[in-house]
Amino acid sequence: MSETTFVQAIAMALAREMENDDRVVVLGEDVARSGGVFRATDGLLERFGPDRVIDTPLAETVIGGLGVGLAGDGMRPAIEIQFAGFMYSALDQILNHASRMRNRTRGRLSCPMVLRTPTGGGIKPPEHHSDSPEAILAQIPGLTTVVPSSPSKAYGLTLAAIRDPDPVVILEPARLYRATRADITDDGVAMPLGMSFVEREGADVTIVAWGGMVSESLAAADDLATDGIEATVIDVATISPLDMQPILESVERTGRCVIAHEAARQSGFGAEIAARLAEEGLTSLLAPVARATGYDTIFPLARLENRYMPNRGRVVAAVHRVLEYA
Amino acid sequence: MTTHVTTETPEIPFVTHIGPDGPWAGTLPDATPDAHSLIPLYRAMVRTRTFDARCVALHRTGRLGTYSSCLGQEAVGVGVASAMLEDDVLVPSYRDQAAQLTRGVTPVELLLYWGGDERGSDFSGPKRDFPICITVGEHSVQTAGVALGMKIRKRPEVAVCMMGDGASSKGAFYEAINTAGALNLPMVMVLVNNGWAISVPRSTQTVAPTLAQKAVAAGIPGIQVDGNDVVAVTDVCSQAIERARVGGGPTLIEAVTYRLSDHTTVDDARRYRDDEEVSAQWKREPIARIRTFLADQGVWTKADEEALRSECSDEVDAAAEEYLAIGPQPTEAMFDFVWAELPPDVERQRIQATLDWGKDV
Repeated sequence: MSETTFVQAIAMALAREMENDDRVVVLGEDVARSGGVFRATDGLLERFGPDRVIDTPLAETVIGGLGVGLAGDGMRPAIEIQFAGFMYSALDQILNHASRMRNRTRGRLSCPMVLRTPTGGGIKPPEHHSDSPEAILAQIPGLTTVVPSSPSKAYGLTLAAIRDPDPVVILEPARLYRATRADITDDGVAMPLGMSFVEREGADVTIVAWGGMVSESLAAADDLATDGIEATVIDVATISPLDMQPILESVERTGRCVIAHEAARQSGFGAEIAARLAEEGLTSLLAPVARATGYDTIFPLARLENRYMPNRGRVVAAVHRVLEYA
Repeated sequence: MTTHVTTETPEIPFVTHIGPDGPWAGTLPDATPDAHSLIPLYRAMVRTRTFDARCVALHRTGRLGTYSSCLGQEAVGVGVASAMLEDDVLVPSYRDQAAQLTRGVTPVELLLYWGGDERGSDFSGPKRDFPICITVGEHSVQTAGVALGMKIRKRPEVAVCMMGDGASSKGAFYEAINTAGALNLPMVMVLVNNGWAISVPRSTQTVAPTLAQKAVAAGIPGIQVDGNDVVAVTDVCSQAIERARVGGGPTLIEAVTYRLSDHTTVDDARRYRDDEEVSAQWKREPIARIRTFLADQGVWTKADEEALRSECSDEVDAAAEEYLAIGPQPTEAMFDFVWAELPPDVERQRIQATLDWGKDV
């Protein structure tokens, strides 16, 4: 058993499922010959050949459309969009077609495609490479959106996404690709989609996060613990469909909730969680919900990147706000 | 009734004046009628290459962000920019530093941009030029919009789009050239075919023998030019731009060049590209051939060359020094220019951000 990075875990899951299922094919820009700009498809061309690992022309619309066509007619495509910010020209394919195929045909056809794309900031890339579009995707009924927060979740959720009968977008936090390692057994065991995971339990406050903000929130919980404040940290993992139950149960105990995400605050996915708390858990709340998020600005270029992204310190500050409320 | 489908390759002219091995004599085109008129083009290419090399070096030492070198493509950008007038508008992509520098964007501005500072897109020079487009090919349709505005306002101006071979696979590209033809827009589309879209070779993008022939379906002229021949690029672009300026419609120009560099400073092209291919392409690079021509014509001496090198080096030294001395913007700067007027709710966020972080970065 070797220490596996997040990005290696994705390649491992893709290879595992290509081995299991002949219908699984990988398509995208630079995925074959180069093995992906982040190496998430490394070694797949050599192992599975050019019929199943395909460098497409440079066109996101066609990558999305190929996915819909393949999946709609019985294949299991795992397509890659090189960065989430390049996904928007394929959004018509996802929003109008992939997510609606089952519904429009009354179940005669379906669209079991996977769209993988790096998301979020933290790697100081050029413009348009740091988007966190989960809230845009969460507005699309019929589409599952997943944001793994660790190598083992990357492995297990990628497997689950490929096996899922409906379209799944996997937003892979680029800053985690090589930042974390874990022992992963390549056993082909998937993790469940549509489930929030309690990562740490504490009685004083509930911190809800996903993707790159999970490790920041756990670090914040460590900081808080030194001051005697015990935090529960919940990794939402699947944005849509949202598993609200662990959040409601935790807030019932703590009475206080902080939601941390990297995307801009307004209409970010934290707003949905806050609304659900207001609808279903209002009587549990002892303080208003607080959010530690990106600001409502354009994601800045490299020099100000760290000032945009919420870090452990901003999560801690938000926790103090909800604790200090009378 | 039988319909005959022709599968013949359309006739696409390929224009070259000064190839890698000459000719070193003969007539020059109208845009650059004599050897003296080539000196500014030569100087601009050497200036670009000096700047480009410094950017790569600054990245290597951690003082610049991810940077896409234009090594080997200097003739395309210099030729395009030289054929444009000041009031024309350039809509560039991320490897068009040669055109930007020649249009008057300053080295400090480009350094700031690639160094991760938004102020680098606030050009002091060509005020109407668009910021570089990172999302490949999407600016082609915007260029059609710029050109439509010029036409509506009856201005004698031309919008010029530059994009790579990979971008010619995008839907937006076809939409742009089709619309430019349909609306008879004053637009010139320059496809900089450098052979590679990151790891994907030109042959994987399309089986069409040329990219220029994509113009045929749009009903507009398509032409190939030796993109490493600054004389040919300037010639072809000048003719296309001047025709567009007088209502003659758009042109698609495929400039055939080569990406001698990695895709960016965080790419390693040796993983997917043969060294032999790159070595062979170095023999076609655009700068040496013009120097040979100018020397052969007796208008360029060794002393001229030394003076130019040192002048470019001094300029880039000064620019790098100035860039490195510019501190980052304050935290609150990320709230500037998001809207013309910041909404009150976001104004509160700006105040909070300064409280979160302090002003200094």
